[in-house]
Amino acid sequence: MNPALLQAQGLVKRFGGLLATDHCNLEVARGEIHALIGPNGAGKTTLLAQLSGELAPDSGRILFDGKDITRLPIHKRVAAGVARSFQITKLFERLSVRENLALAVQARSGHSFDLLGAVADEAALDQGAAEIAARVGLGDVFEQVVATLSHGRQRQLELGMALACGPRLLLLDEPMAGTDPEESRQMGKLILSLRGHCTFILVEHDMDAVFRLADRVSVLVAGSVIASGTVDEIRSDPQVIAAYLGDDHDAGAAA
Amino acid sequence: MPSTPTPLTQGLPSAWSAIGVAVALAIYPLLMSVAGQDFYIGLGSRVLILALAASALNLVLGYGGMISLGHAAFLGIGGYTVALLAQGGSAPAWLAMPLAVIAAAAGAALIGAVSLRTRGVYFIMITLAFAQIFYYLAVSLRGLGGDDGLPMLARVELPGLSLGDDIGFYYFVLALAGLAFMLLYRLAASRFGRALVAIRENEQRMAAIGYPVYRLKLAAFTLSGGLAGLAGALLANLSLGVTPHLLTWHQSGILIVMVILGGSGYFWGGLTGAAIYMLLEESISTHTEHWNLWLGALLLFIVLVAPEGIMSLRRKPAKAERA
Repeated sequence: MNPALLQAQGLVKRFGGLLATDHCNLEVARGEIHALIGPNGAGKTTLLAQLSGELAPDSGRILFDGKDITRLPIHKRVAAGVARSFQITKLFERLSVRENLALAVQARSGHSFDLLGAVADEAALDQGAAEIAARVGLGDVFEQVVATLSHGRQRQLELGMALACGPRLLLLDEPMAGTDPEESRQMGKLILSLRGHCTFILVEHDMDAVFRLADRVSVLVAGSVIASGTVDEIRSDPQVIAAYLGDDHDAGAAA
Repeated sequence: MPSTPTPLTQGLPSAWSAIGVAVALAIYPLLMSVAGQDFYIGLGSRVLILALAASALNLVLGYGGMISLGHAAFLGIGGYTVALLAQGGSAPAWLAMPLAVIAAAAGAALIGAVSLRTRGVYFIMITLAFAQIFYYLAVSLRGLGGDDGLPMLARVELPGLSLGDDIGFYYFVLALAGLAFMLLYRLAASRFGRALVAIRENEQRMAAIGYPVYRLKLAAFTLSGGLAGLAGALLANLSLGVTPHLLTWHQSGILIVMVILGGSGYFWGGLTGAAIYMLLEESISTHTEHWNLWLGALLLFIVLVAPEGIMSLRRKPAKAERA
């Protein structure tokens, strides 16, 4: 069996004159936490959007579990097992935690074109929502409206929403963004607790978190991957140090 | 269940309100008949028909967040379909009414398939543009009667019920509108209705958790168009004919005003808005020629008092319940 769960081959994405993704190759092995790092503007979010299906690449292809998903729309990729979380929290703010998660569970169970069946008594959806809420540590605020939750709590739900899709590959776009050190530590623990259940691509600016969590790291500079390897290999790669880790202070300040 | 309703639950009426509305609408013409106010029976039919049209629009505008400024097109397709079928004298209801719904739904599917690729202001403009195309078609095609429209010699025929009679026609409208309201209720309470509201709340997230957002919106738009077509078909019967006026963008605008006035995204929003709008129009226009001015001022006042529509006033003030 092919050990790679996801392969991106020669991806190119242009925005007018800007080459945001430049013949990018990426390989993510089954079950690993694969961090994607790079300076601001390196094209991490653009790459992630192509993997999730929000943006279509101009050329190149994406293989998921050996199948070409380059042209699949988002909802079919989610059904195949690719889900994402967002850097800027995108939740149903006026709905409760239960309703947020139940919507994601409903998507997985299909039947959203069931026009006439009443939904109010669908205990199965709420049951699924409760399981996810417990897993991401939101059981105590299950009935609360999302807008009333703290930012750290909303970040946990952001991860929970992606998790509720039942993914085999989870694309996490800066899950620690805007969290305080304690919340960030909690998020790290949460991700580690899911290791083995699913494969992760983790885009993150917090280098301590990356080196603590990742099995392997790919470094993205100017739209292409310049190095890929274990944490130790990446830390000592002269190309990476020159391009990125060398000006760690600038990157940290900008993040 | 949470103590305060969220957007997912506030669009669902209680069973008691549905029974209350049904009973009130069923005895209304009898009361008017006893009081000798037969004029108000015809007005009641008109209010019910516009309530149906506004509720159809409410499905896409209120529940789905798609601001269509082109629903007059579907009123028109429904109306012209019935009027065309009735050119030979009269048409059977069982044939004319379903055909009007199907034609309008087909029109909505075509318009929606193009329009729903856009959002926001572009969506408003493109639905308006499509409706204008239908308006100019109706004005310029000889077969559709041009400026004069198509008169009908008689209403559609239904064995056992005299639709030429005001009370008979009222119950015909009530039966069809009642069916439509039941359908809308089941839709609002279904997985589909819940997905539709969630798309209004956060479309990007809905896509990211795996919903076929475009197809869901198109399904809602098509259903809404079909129901608006039913309203148009009933209007043609009520006024014994259609004119291109049914297709003007004023009509689309009035439907939007009704929905916003009654409560966008509330189940009875369309009915409430249509009833209040029509009653205000009716009562003011008997007193002054400048009724539009007074109607505008009153609508402004209502919207200032209840910015989310009249139905939102029934909601109990939210308890302070913060984490």
